[in-house]
Amino acid sequence: MAELTYRDAVAAGIAQEMARDERVVFLGEDVAHAGGVFKATVGLLDKFGPKRVRDCPISEQAILGAAMGAAMTGLRPIAEIMFSDFLAVCWDIVANEIAKSRYMTNGQVSVPLVIRTANGAGSRFGAQHSQSVENWAMMIPGIKVVAPAFPADVKGLIAAAVRDDDPVLIFEQKSLYSLKGEVPDGEHVDELGRARVLRQGKDCTIVALALMVHRALAAADILERDHGISCTVIDVRSLVPLDTVTILAEVARTGRLVTVEENPRLCGWGAEIASIIADECFWELDGPIIRITTPHIPLPSADALEDATIPSVERIVREIREKID
Amino acid sequence: MDTKVKNKKDAVAEQDIGRDIRLELFRLQLELRLCEKRAYDLFLQNLIKGTSHLSLGQEAIAAAFGVAMRPDDWTFCTYRGHAHTLARGASMSGVLGELMGRECGLLGGKGGSMHLTDVAKGAMGSYAIIGAHLPVAAGAAWSAQYRGTEQVAVCFFGDGTTNIGAFHEALNFSVVWKLPVIFVCENNLYMEYTPISSVTAVEHPAADRAGAYNLEKIVVDGNDADAVYRTATKYLDRARKGGGPALIECMTYRHSGHSRADPAKYRPEGELEKWLERDPIKIYRERLLGLGIVEATLTDIENEVMQQVNAATETAKASAPPSLDGIHQHVWADGGAAWRN
Repeated sequence: MAELTYRDAVAAGIAQEMARDERVVFLGEDVAHAGGVFKATVGLLDKFGPKRVRDCPISEQAILGAAMGAAMTGLRPIAEIMFSDFLAVCWDIVANEIAKSRYMTNGQVSVPLVIRTANGAGSRFGAQHSQSVENWAMMIPGIKVVAPAFPADVKGLIAAAVRDDDPVLIFEQKSLYSLKGEVPDGEHVDELGRARVLRQGKDCTIVALALMVHRALAAADILERDHGISCTVIDVRSLVPLDTVTILAEVARTGRLVTVEENPRLCGWGAEIASIIADECFWELDGPIIRITTPHIPLPSADALEDATIPSVERIVREIREKID
Repeated sequence: MDTKVKNKKDAVAEQDIGRDIRLELFRLQLELRLCEKRAYDLFLQNLIKGTSHLSLGQEAIAAAFGVAMRPDDWTFCTYRGHAHTLARGASMSGVLGELMGRECGLLGGKGGSMHLTDVAKGAMGSYAIIGAHLPVAAGAAWSAQYRGTEQVAVCFFGDGTTNIGAFHEALNFSVVWKLPVIFVCENNLYMEYTPISSVTAVEHPAADRAGAYNLEKIVVDGNDADAVYRTATKYLDRARKGGGPALIECMTYRHSGHSRADPAKYRPEGELEKWLERDPIKIYRERLLGLGIVEATLTDIENEVMQQVNAATETAKASAPPSLDGIHQHVWADGGAAWRN
């Protein structure tokens, strides 16, 4: 096991797949010569050359459209959209074209591509560079959606996404890029659609994604140590497909569900999980479902304001204490 | 337009295409015309639902490219894509069946008129959001370039598309990457219900923008199948040899409204009549007669195509509605629609 940062795990995942399969190509803005604005793709140009690692103009529709056309005709493109907020610029290509082509053509068209994008808050970039938009993607039938929280998952899920025959959107949390973690040596391929139970408790199940996983883990430590509340923490990892088996089992065992979501309140991914639990696990619940989210506001930029809006460890502890104690 | 051979230069031009290809162009234009006219009749009989966008009057463009393209080249077209899909060899019963929502439809009833696709024939889809397919065609061209297959992607769109961002993104991208893609603007003078000239800064909505992307300005008579064929052949060949993209503006006119819902009352009096005189099939038939092809040869083709359309209509009518099982099929590569375990 080697220790890698979350950002180095991105490059490692892409490199692993490019070395394995010549059909894998990589394109985006500032990704080749500059190695990415978050330095997550440094070294790929040197390793694989300008034919396979390509800088693009600021043309998100062209980038994703080209990735789609290439995927339809035999390549396995990985496209980067620099900030997930920019998906709004090319949402037609994602939501109308990439996601729906297989269905609309009754299976004639296959679009095996990966879109990677930097998502989420923590960098004080404000409402157009710090949003969490994974729930936008979750609503579209035909596209798989993952959001890793750890370096090993970054590498393994990139590999799984490249090898998948469906389009996969990977949301990388930009304030996790410097996080270090153990990554298995040699080839590492994960599985889409699997949540992971990171710790098991008896009083409640906290379900979290990406950056919120780390805050949920920290909150669970405090709740156990200081307040005698024992929590399961599940890293959802994959919103589509959704591992409801794992979530249902833990909620049934602990009797309570808490979702911790970075997205704004309305139609956050936790709402769908809450709905599933209410439908299928209602009689196992010992109390109301708790959703901890960012308020339904555009994200403010100042340190104090951003910190007050994104769910913090303290807020997770407080809300769980108030509602579960 | 003028079928008489006036001078030596014209005589050479008339010979460059040859009898067999000309008859193929004639037949293909007729197939597109008669199949779409049949689609219109089926609407009136309420056998086709939803919307539809006919290419009546514009057939020369799809037909000329259809004949000029290599079988493994790719077509990308818009929601006005019946003609372009048929021109690649998609079956008439598959097209009419899809329009009628039948099991035999090209897409099993899941796409409809605006999404006709026949991947086996290189018809890589009809795209119903204006502009979206230009970058997609560029991507297919990139794949051909990357793999060295000498395939070319041909992307058809209307004049209205030239004012959306994806048009400009795709052109710049394709030129910078020198991709084997041909962008074909069918300028039928109207973006939906509005004259294109009233909403566009330049006279030729596509060709006058070509210079901004370091491309040649190309305007072709889109109602002359020979003219389109010559242009198509030239730029397909150039793209195949690594010469990069082309943007071709074909001047044409749609004989009917934008869609089924549009009676096209916004057109000035006499405009349609003027264009009907330049009906691509009418002028092509006259040209073939002028070149010495006997009337009976053309009549035979006309009869054969009509029989083909009649047979396809009967096949589609006899086809059952799609099985409801299909609703939950082909969201994913595994054939299913599951989003959870």
